Amino acid sequence: MNFDTTTLIPVLPEIYLLTLASVVLLVDIMLRDDQRLLTYILAQAGLAAGLLLLLVLPGEGKTVVFSGHYVRDAMGDVLKIALFVTAIGAFLYSKDYLRARKLFKGEFYVLGLLALLGMSVMISANSFLSLYLGLELLALSLYAMVAFDRDSPAGSEAAMKYFILGAVASGMLLYGISMIYGATGSLIFGEVSKGVATADRLVLVFGLVFVVIGLAFKLGAVPFHMWVPDVYEGSPTATTLFIGSIPKIAAFAMAMRLLVDGLGGLHEDWQGMLIILAVLSMAVGNVFALAQGNIKRMLAYSTISHVGFLMLGVLSGTQAGYSSSMFYAIVYAIMALGAFGIVILLSREGFEADKLADLKGLNQRSPWFAAMMMLLMFSMAGVPPTVGFFAKLFVLQAVVGVSLTWLALVAVFFSIIGAFYYLRIVKLMYFDKPDTDVALEAGWDAKLGLSLNGLAILYFGMFPASLLSVCQVAFG
Amino acid sequence: MSYEKFIFYVFAALLVFSASMVIVRRNPVHSALFLVFAFFNSAVLWMLLEAEFLAITLVLVYVGAVMVLFLFVIMMLDIELAAIRAGFVRYMGVGALIALAMLVELAMVVGPARFGLDKFAKPSPMAANALPNTEAIGEQLYTVYVYPFEIAAVILLVGIVAAIGLTLRRRPEKKTQNISEQVRVKRADRVRLVKMDAEH
Repeated sequence: MNFDTTTLIPVLPEIYLLTLASVVLLVDIMLRDDQRLLTYILAQAGLAAGLLLLLVLPGEGKTVVFSGHYVRDAMGDVLKIALFVTAIGAFLYSKDYLRARKLFKGEFYVLGLLALLGMSVMISANSFLSLYLGLELLALSLYAMVAFDRDSPAGSEAAMKYFILGAVASGMLLYGISMIYGATGSLIFGEVSKGVATADRLVLVFGLVFVVIGLAFKLGAVPFHMWVPDVYEGSPTATTLFIGSIPKIAAFAMAMRLLVDGLGGLHEDWQGMLIILAVLSMAVGNVFALAQGNIKRMLAYSTISHVGFLMLGVLSGTQAGYSSSMFYAIVYAIMALGAFGIVILLSREGFEADKLADLKGLNQRSPWFAAMMMLLMFSMAGVPPTVGFFAKLFVLQAVVGVSLTWLALVAVFFSIIGAFYYLRIVKLMYFDKPDTDVALEAGWDAKLGLSLNGLAILYFGMFPASLLSVCQVAFG
Repeated sequence: MSYEKFIFYVFAALLVFSASMVIVRRNPVHSALFLVFAFFNSAVLWMLLEAEFLAITLVLVYVGAVMVLFLFVIMMLDIELAAIRAGFVRYMGVGALIALAMLVELAMVVGPARFGLDKFAKPSPMAANALPNTEAIGEQLYTVYVYPFEIAAVILLVGIVAAIGLTLRRRPEKKTQNISEQVRVKRADRVRLVKMDAEH
């Protein structure tokens, strides 16, 4: 058997990430506690260099290597770029928070980079096996990051819940995969989709149910959402920021690889399942978010409702639907990054700004960041001219395009309910008196990042075509 | 009934019995030992399929390493048995109902009707000159499955980093020797010369 080193070129992003994580791990061992900033700088510079690598890496069409376990395609390239950009943002925002809480350790960055590697593996997975292993790599890193603040009982509790439910979800997924493997005789998505046509339908659908349940657990879709609010609330905000934004991109890729690449032939079966999950997610997410006083919990329920929206595009089963969902996933990651970034910005040493009341009168304390938060909230609610409006619009168009108009109406109905709690934050910031007049503590770098983040929401809202065309090319 | 079939049914029955004992025994040590027994029985089933390598690793890894650690933990920790058992009867009804539903569904799907010999041909017995089991698995693992294999290695790395990161800490109340500090100690740190008047 011959081995050609050029087959490694498509896998370079993963190889690079693993090397970077290992280098950061080794360098961090040599450093004293007061030199920890070097670890951070190394991780950030490494991510920036990785971003450059992704941009210059040649690639056209679809390349499958490693005996069919790995695929490089346009969708993967775009999602990985989004992954790196949001990861740089997440590390940037969390730096000051971690330092103020004596959590500024190398492991946070090593685990973060390895989680990123897991997501990258998921995005490029072309077999059930590599998809599952990527998922476990991501999940294990995240469990440790949730428990990162060892002295916080809430953090340990959240990690335990996340771990147990994550294990159940993995079990479900594996069980479904084993059924499909039994029926089609292959783990490679290409072979599976060929096998679907001839294999026994009942066995396939039986397996599919478990796969969809596993997927819904990981996405946090209702009724498999119980862990989301507890984990978001219990983790250190730096971890919440990481979990709440970046993995949504990987989860979208996972749904696409599993359901479209692998089980595309069962579209009419999984469409019905996703419709139920999507409607329930939008309903429960938006209604429960209304009652939350904790901003992290509120954003958790908001995530659940956005996951419902994300599913709408996928379940439509058309190219337009997939690209609109991809647009939604990337946009949501950027919005969530910004929103949790503001929560971190409001926190300071010995103080967690996790109550809605902590946002009161932000306009008087910092008009600029109040405006940024307003943009983010408008975008999440789907108010033009922010990008969130277009994300929702494209998804709804895709759903209407396959004659599921009632579903689009349900989605609009629940987003109107959802708009209430986003706009309540705007009201708190602009029309209420602040409880405190402590100035916001943040470095210039986090402030610059947050400003760029907020302005990006506005930019993509004014020129959605720039991002949408990239997503459309991915499914061209 | 052929001899092979007889062996299969004996060990399959023992497996199901020991697996159910794992969940109904009150004493966790008994449960763990029944789990060991279940592993041995499934190893025999692997053996029947001519998968010796899997049979041996099951015994070596699960019985030899995992279960020993498990027993060790159970015996080290003072587990309140009554508390664990508290909800057993209360949840039994719901649990049994769900288990029954799952069983019926499974029986409908997995069975000779869908996985029978007419659908999937019986695997032919291994040729005498074929690669031994262990070699064949090794060859597959390092060629076709090298990419998943490497990711599995990274997952182990995450496990190490996470375990050390979450448990390694200095407790101020712990009394241990600090060797490097002891070695580095200088005379001036320990001995203080005091000038005193000679006593008359």
